Amino acid sequence: MTNKTGLVFFPAFDYAISPTHPEREERLLYTQDQVFEEGLLDFDNIKEFKPGLATKEDIQRVHFCVPGIEEIVHASHLIAVGGCITAADKVMTKEVDNAFALVRPCGHHSFRVVHGSRGFCTLNMEAIMVEYIRHKYGVKKIAIVDTDCHHGDGSQDIFWHDPNTLFISLHQDGRTLYPGSGFPTELGGPNAFGATINLPMPPDTCEEGFLYVLDEIVMPILAEFKPDLIINSAGQDNHYSDPITNMKFTAHGYAVLNQRLKPDLAVLEGGYSIETALPYINTGIILAMAGMDFSHIKEPDYDAEDQRQPAAIGAYLEKLKDATFYHWNNRHALRDQVYPPQEFHHRSQDVYYDTAGIREHIEETVRSCSCCGGTVVIDSRCPDTHSHILAVQIPRYACDPCRNYGEEQFEKAQTGRGHYTQVFLQDKDNDRYLSK
Amino acid sequence: MILGIDVGGTHTDSVLMQNRTIIRKSKVLTDKNDILGCVMRATQAVVTPDDIKQLKRIVLSTTISTNAVAQNQLEPVGLIVMNGPGVSPKDLPLFDKTHFIAGYMNHRGIEAEAVDEEELAALKQQFAANGIDNLAIIGKFSTRNPTHELQAAEFFNDQAAHVSLGHHQSGVLNFPRRIATTYLNAAIWRLHSHMIDQLESYLHELGVDVPLFILKADGGTIGVQQSRRYPVQTILSGPAATIMGVLPFISSTGDSVSIDVGGTTTDIALFADGAPLLEPKGVEIEGHKTLVRGLLTHSMALGGDSQVQVVDGALQIGPERKGAAMAFDGPVPTPTDALIVLGRAHIGDKAKALRAMESLAAELQQTPQQVAQAIIDSMCASIAAKVQQMIAEVNGKPVYTIHELLEGKTLEPRQLIAVGGPAPYLAQQVGELLAMPVVVPENSDVINATGAAMARTTVELNLLADTESQELTFAEDGRKMRISSRATVDDVVAAGQERLLEIARAAGAQDEDLEVEVADCQSFNVIHGYSTTGKNIRVRLQIKPGLIKHEPTQHEQV
Repeated sequence: MTNKTGLVFFPAFDYAISPTHPEREERLLYTQDQVFEEGLLDFDNIKEFKPGLATKEDIQRVHFCVPGIEEIVHASHLIAVGGCITAADKVMTKEVDNAFALVRPCGHHSFRVVHGSRGFCTLNMEAIMVEYIRHKYGVKKIAIVDTDCHHGDGSQDIFWHDPNTLFISLHQDGRTLYPGSGFPTELGGPNAFGATINLPMPPDTCEEGFLYVLDEIVMPILAEFKPDLIINSAGQDNHYSDPITNMKFTAHGYAVLNQRLKPDLAVLEGGYSIETALPYINTGIILAMAGMDFSHIKEPDYDAEDQRQPAAIGAYLEKLKDATFYHWNNRHALRDQVYPPQEFHHRSQDVYYDTAGIREHIEETVRSCSCCGGTVVIDSRCPDTHSHILAVQIPRYACDPCRNYGEEQFEKAQTGRGHYTQVFLQDKDNDRYLSK
Repeated sequence: MILGIDVGGTHTDSVLMQNRTIIRKSKVLTDKNDILGCVMRATQAVVTPDDIKQLKRIVLSTTISTNAVAQNQLEPVGLIVMNGPGVSPKDLPLFDKTHFIAGYMNHRGIEAEAVDEEELAALKQQFAANGIDNLAIIGKFSTRNPTHELQAAEFFNDQAAHVSLGHHQSGVLNFPRRIATTYLNAAIWRLHSHMIDQLESYLHELGVDVPLFILKADGGTIGVQQSRRYPVQTILSGPAATIMGVLPFISSTGDSVSIDVGGTTTDIALFADGAPLLEPKGVEIEGHKTLVRGLLTHSMALGGDSQVQVVDGALQIGPERKGAAMAFDGPVPTPTDALIVLGRAHIGDKAKALRAMESLAAELQQTPQQVAQAIIDSMCASIAAKVQQMIAEVNGKPVYTIHELLEGKTLEPRQLIAVGGPAPYLAQQVGELLAMPVVVPENSDVINATGAAMARTTVELNLLADTESQELTFAEDGRKMRISSRATVDDVVAAGQERLLEIARAAGAQDEDLEVEVADCQSFNVIHGYSTTGKNIRVRLQIKPGLIKHEPTQHEQV
């Protein structure tokens, strides 16, 4: 059975972070060549759509841009995010069964507060898409499965307190790769404990290991969570030829992953082996999403011998499975240990923006709540840009006490000399975004 | 003087033109069994023995290859495909007719797997045993590097009467379409060659020695001898002839739309700044998606002779044509009858037209005039809606750069050109619905023949330069040229222009009509590690469909 698959293809041939940066003009050039040559856009069940442009509201539903959207967001980001929104619309209106936003630049390293670009990312495409879908179509339970080789720390930050979003990240062990986070003990905030799942894998994990993690961990948890929508953050840098990572996944493996995961929406994230991996992986993902035969996808330099996974990796992944299910099955009891009953919980984070070269210190406070995700107040300081802002986030489906608390905090905070440089309020239920 | 002939399904139209003016025109019935006879009669109807000496060129648009495909008069072809990894063979066109063999190039045109000569040898024996001497050979990414196709062709050199190669058909990347196009080219090759032999004897009989051109699907001409190798390029040249005929009435400074209202169908075409738009991927014929460059047309099953009936209490116009209008003794009511009843058209037998409307009026409990008005209103609304849909589709076409997305051209037609029999009676109303001023050209009954007569030569050429390997590849003819490692976009464009002009001149183009346009031009850094090792430059050049500036002053060599 084939699916009707939508494809938003936007290679942004006139955008680069810098001329030799991995995120540069020709990143999707050879992918375009392969997609065109394979005639994928000619199949009756594959339809290409032109991306729309993301609006200010779309961005504000997720991010607090400092000092403002215009100062840090480039047209390419608006189109990439707009492409995700177009893909979402086509799926939600049932014009297609599923859709793949094959767009760039990427976005999953962008946090709620954005002072600039980090990990090649400025706007978090999946998060903006999720909140757009909730706003426009009222879908509540959504799962994001992030299969980029790097930990999706931005998406994790954004959904840390959201019990309605299950965020699962499969990635190369953070001790060996940027951004250095994403350990199994990072499980979410007090009101959403267990809805964040990190599955770090050792370098050199092969197709066998990836599919083990998918079949044995990801799929059973998804079956239990029962999301209304599954989104794949489809990074392609786990490929054995990727120049900036150390994994051994294959084009065929990516296709199998999509066949089994059956995402409603897939969004391209990283992937920098632009000649030897991306053309084949993308062809494989498109065929798999469209329910077509992908058994003939193979990289020219594929080496079956190289795909034999060391036994130690298999043993590690079994332990990872045990640990993950221990956390998942006991998430309610464990929450009370990690977050003892008290009205507020605090955490601090230091965020380095490697692309922009700036540092940020975050002090975050969340109101414990059993009815909603809880209001979050973020105090963010970026000495490099002389910014010190306060961002108040009233969650979607907020209860009255959380709403009142959030509005109070926004009212109370002052700007000006000796105070904050800016104060923001994000009120998703009313699609109201204020700043002073 | 120029002679233009359009051999259509029903009529063969001819015009004799001088300085863009029609001197004589004619319409004769097409005899499908004797195309040559038709061409001869159509010629004699407009060309006197005195004119013959002054003839400077003859352009012919024929349905022979279109019909061959439509009626499945296709010869058996030895279809050899080097597919490499990717889409499953069973999802490729003509899968059940194909011999898949090893060998493929990657997207940069670098050999990833060699051809297996033993496989070729086995096929050679098989073809010899089955008497197949007509081959089509297609490789994945062969436009990037045609070596495998050439190698296989060489292997069959002593056995094949004809070999069509994938990279010769088009420089565009699309493997399934390349397969279908190359297959069709081979499958109609003998028939087309036979027609050219006949046309040569026609010229001989006529006693003239002037260049003879054939119209292609993109509204451009190709020398008759040159067309021997590319018969598939002549499919669907009929609609192209009409669009070229409309061209003199099109504003060159804005966008326009044309409608050709016929008996059975209405064909819509779009023009940007005076040039007709092309199908973005290639034309489709009888379910075969091809890479043949063709003019963009949308055809609606709605014409002056469409059957009008009442279905579930509502009027339905088309999609079938049962015959002429009742006013011309046809079997069923038609929009033409409605036009006559409304007094817009003063043709045919008005009493019979009225009876046609009365039969519908009784069912709908309306007056015949009301029904006639409703038919015409509905027809005009359908045409206008289709025009708007087509414009939206063109403007919704994906683009791949930020610049194009934010600042790219949007098509905004400001003028409607209406041709075809019923057009004069409908044009105003369609124009009002679209809020566009209307032009109804004279002599629109032979506009296809005038279009053929005045069409210029078109050529497309795709180039890929890789400064790392210092190689420049011309996709369509498979040639390679050495270039400097410091070559720039301008160098590539210049090399392409030179080659394109050679091709165009060989196809019979006059120098003054050689307006080369850089249709696409992109340059990318090739980076290995963190340093730039070369540039990957892609250039697409074309001479767009257009009209010749003047009549040829001297005989061109074709």
